[in-house]
Amino acid sequence: MSVKVSTTINGDQIDFICEPDETLLDALRNRVGLTGAKEGCGTGDCGACSITIDGRLVCSCLALGVEAEGREIETVEGMADGDKLHPLQRKFIEHAALQCGICTPGFLIAARALLSRNPDPDEEEIRFGLAGNLCRCTGYDKIVRAVQDAAREMRGA
Amino acid sequence: MSMDTSFTNQKFKSVGTRPLRPDGIDKVTGRAKYGADANAPGQLIGRILRSPHPHARIRKIDASKAEKLPGVKAVVTAADMPDLTDGDKSMFDVLENCMARTTAFYDGHAVAAVAAIDAKTAREALKLIKIDYEILPHVTDVDEAMKPSAPVLHSKMFTEGVEPKPNKASNIAKRTEFGHGDVGAGFQEAEVVVSRSFKTEQTHQGYIEPHACLASVGPDGHGELWVCTQGHFVYRNQCAQLLGMDVSKLRVTASEIGGGFGGKTHVWCEPVALALSRKANRPVKLVMTREEVFRASGPTNATSIDVKIGARKDGTIVAAEATLRYSGGPYLGAWAELGAMTSFACYDLANVKTVGYEVVVNRPKTAAYRAPSAPMAAFAVESVVDELAHKLGMDPVEFRLKNAAREGTKSSYGPVYGPIGIGPTLEAAKNHPHMQAPLGKNQGRGMACGFWFNFGGQTCTDINIGIDGTVTVTVGTIDVGGSRASLTLIAAEELGVPYEQVKVVIGDTGTIGHNDMTDGSRGTFSSGMATVFAARNAIKILRERASKTWDIPLDDVVWEDGQAKAIGESHGNLAPMSLKEIAAAAGNTGGPIAGHNEIVADGAGVSFATHICDVEVDPETGKTNILRYTVIQDAGKAVHPTYVEGQYQGGAAQGIGWALNEEYIYGKDGRLQNAGFLDYRIPVCSDLPFIDTVILEIPNPNHPYGVRGVGETSIVPPLAAVGNAVSNAAGVRMTHVPMSPPRILKAIDGARTN
Repeated sequence: MSVKVSTTINGDQIDFICEPDETLLDALRNRVGLTGAKEGCGTGDCGACSITIDGRLVCSCLALGVEAEGREIETVEGMADGDKLHPLQRKFIEHAALQCGICTPGFLIAARALLSRNPDPDEEEIRFGLAGNLCRCTGYDKIVRAVQDAAREMRGA
Repeated sequence: MSMDTSFTNQKFKSVGTRPLRPDGIDKVTGRAKYGADANAPGQLIGRILRSPHPHARIRKIDASKAEKLPGVKAVVTAADMPDLTDGDKSMFDVLENCMARTTAFYDGHAVAAVAAIDAKTAREALKLIKIDYEILPHVTDVDEAMKPSAPVLHSKMFTEGVEPKPNKASNIAKRTEFGHGDVGAGFQEAEVVVSRSFKTEQTHQGYIEPHACLASVGPDGHGELWVCTQGHFVYRNQCAQLLGMDVSKLRVTASEIGGGFGGKTHVWCEPVALALSRKANRPVKLVMTREEVFRASGPTNATSIDVKIGARKDGTIVAAEATLRYSGGPYLGAWAELGAMTSFACYDLANVKTVGYEVVVNRPKTAAYRAPSAPMAAFAVESVVDELAHKLGMDPVEFRLKNAAREGTKSSYGPVYGPIGIGPTLEAAKNHPHMQAPLGKNQGRGMACGFWFNFGGQTCTDINIGIDGTVTVTVGTIDVGGSRASLTLIAAEELGVPYEQVKVVIGDTGTIGHNDMTDGSRGTFSSGMATVFAARNAIKILRERASKTWDIPLDDVVWEDGQAKAIGESHGNLAPMSLKEIAAAAGNTGGPIAGHNEIVADGAGVSFATHICDVEVDPETGKTNILRYTVIQDAGKAVHPTYVEGQYQGGAAQGIGWALNEEYIYGKDGRLQNAGFLDYRIPVCSDLPFIDTVILEIPNPNHPYGVRGVGETSIVPPLAAVGNAVSNAAGVRMTHVPMSPPRILKAIDGARTN
């Protein structure tokens, strides 16, 4: 039996229906039409489905759609402010921190969560902070540099 | 119009710069559409039932209960996919791999499929399909599979390449041999000989995007396929052949691709989705799970390799030989052959012999993985080369330099090299500060070289000039990691217009002529070449329009800096006409302006790399940390250097994962035990340091800009570079990849005991 869920996604009040056993990732992708979060594994190992729930970084493949009830969900689609990209989005493009781009939405969400906790992370903190997100193309080099550069800019350094 | 592919050493304005990629905003905002991101009205969800047995005869399939489940619209088995391959053995293997016929050959082999109104119903339906299996003995190890006592997978498999042809079936599908000179005589001359045996375990490309497609076929035989693929034309041809469709009636559109690395070079679930769609007469979306990707898409081979190299005391290699055994899943491939060809490609050898054995086992059908077959061969050969250098008391770089292939060398696989980069990458390594950096306790440095052929192939590109003078370049090669940016640069270079004035799109199969896949590092090489010539064809038309407007001979009009210019004293007062002005007037001067080119892009330049790696090995746990890593590789010409660096870094990272962690683990029951990213552990951000890159540019004489492919060579040296570093740090020669902590501890303990 389907369940109605009322939630806030990227600042918008959204209602959707889903099955009780449906993942939040499937609900976002198939019910709400937000396909920025990707399913790379379905087991919480790759981070491609990273979103935040009430500001907390989670793998949406490990949460249920019904758990969104009354919460504030943020996805990659809500990162830019209109036509103004978030500094992380801009730095990812500038540093070529993406090749195929499938992991990028998850990395951006995870990196934003990291910088909100720790605005001035050192390289090791960035590497461990992003260790829940898999990228198979870049070897992470340019991702780390993009996050360092974005952090600098966001601190106004 | 020049169609000469020769390198011309021109001065570049756009090529070699580092503009932002044109698809960047789509990819950082979640807007880019990948395989699983498309939907169609009325679509069904497809799911595949897979064999839990590594080897079993399929006696009977009873799908009647599944068919009756409300919401199920189609069930497909091999009976719905008759053999239309007409004696084409490799396509029959693809068909059988997509859907088992009489026998399931590996854990995960597809045996039936369902299309239903939603995923839940489809999953339920799979449970209702009853299959009567007769379980057969299985073999998953390459060396075991070669033994006479091994269960034989195919009763009609008689080893190819052996004279006389064997009369007893075996799992050895093919023997190949390469080399020249007299290896026996060469070893007679040798003063120092090193001989070792190596094993490498099976790894997966590990692309983050699982295979996904949306198929729609009507009863009239017209169909559409949206799919993540490295080659939508190849997917179209294969699907059409397997399903008995006309090639031109199946339009295939490539989604953005979330990584491929060779794994998306032939069809897996796509013909099944089309068969389901045809039977249900509705669109079917089929997305593989990660577990299915590991169990039933194509990983690379496991190998067993023996290498013997002999040298004189002055450091000259006098003989080299290798025997290479590659497991190819249940089907014949060319994997051992490629391993045998690449093994000694870095060296100038008077006497060399390599023998490859292609071996079938009860594992998934193997697919290409980035420079397929070369990394394993390089691991074995470069390990022995390193050991030989130590025994000779020579620096490993100097030893390699002394024996490196150069222009004019007859390669170990046959051809004579033109200008190549192995010597220069070694010189660059020798002079790199990394080589002189101090090392601490339990730390070691290793280096290794690698080679890859690079491919060219069939390519077709269109250039269309818009009414405002902006340029659309339509290509048929998938952009796996930034080729839109490099092709934009090439079009801008030829036309003499700004980067921002050009847009590159990937055409679907109905839009442009056949293109081979983005594989063999061919995307920027071959589509770049076709873009050069398509642009030159467009320029010819632009000049014609100017000559017509000015009413002067065509020969008096040249194209410079994005403008038509009249040359000759009599036309001195004519102001140049820009591309925009000519485009705006096109309707009155002869109609749309376009340039087209179709070629077989021959002359792909071979590619070499040298890698340097520092590691620290914990002698208590066997855990290895990568401390520093440097990639030095010849790009021919780096069209967009930032994305070339990205290819170098990405290949190195994949190679490091292969070297240290990644492997398919099969139980005695023949089932894959680690079909997920938790237990099949690819490198994460905290496993790696920054990866330094050095781009060398030794022009490919067969490309107008000197471009060589850059995508694959970077994965060839890491297994050996890490292996040599670990061996130096741990004080014991490592011979089995991955060098996981238990294997390293075992090797250290073994050395202590001895």
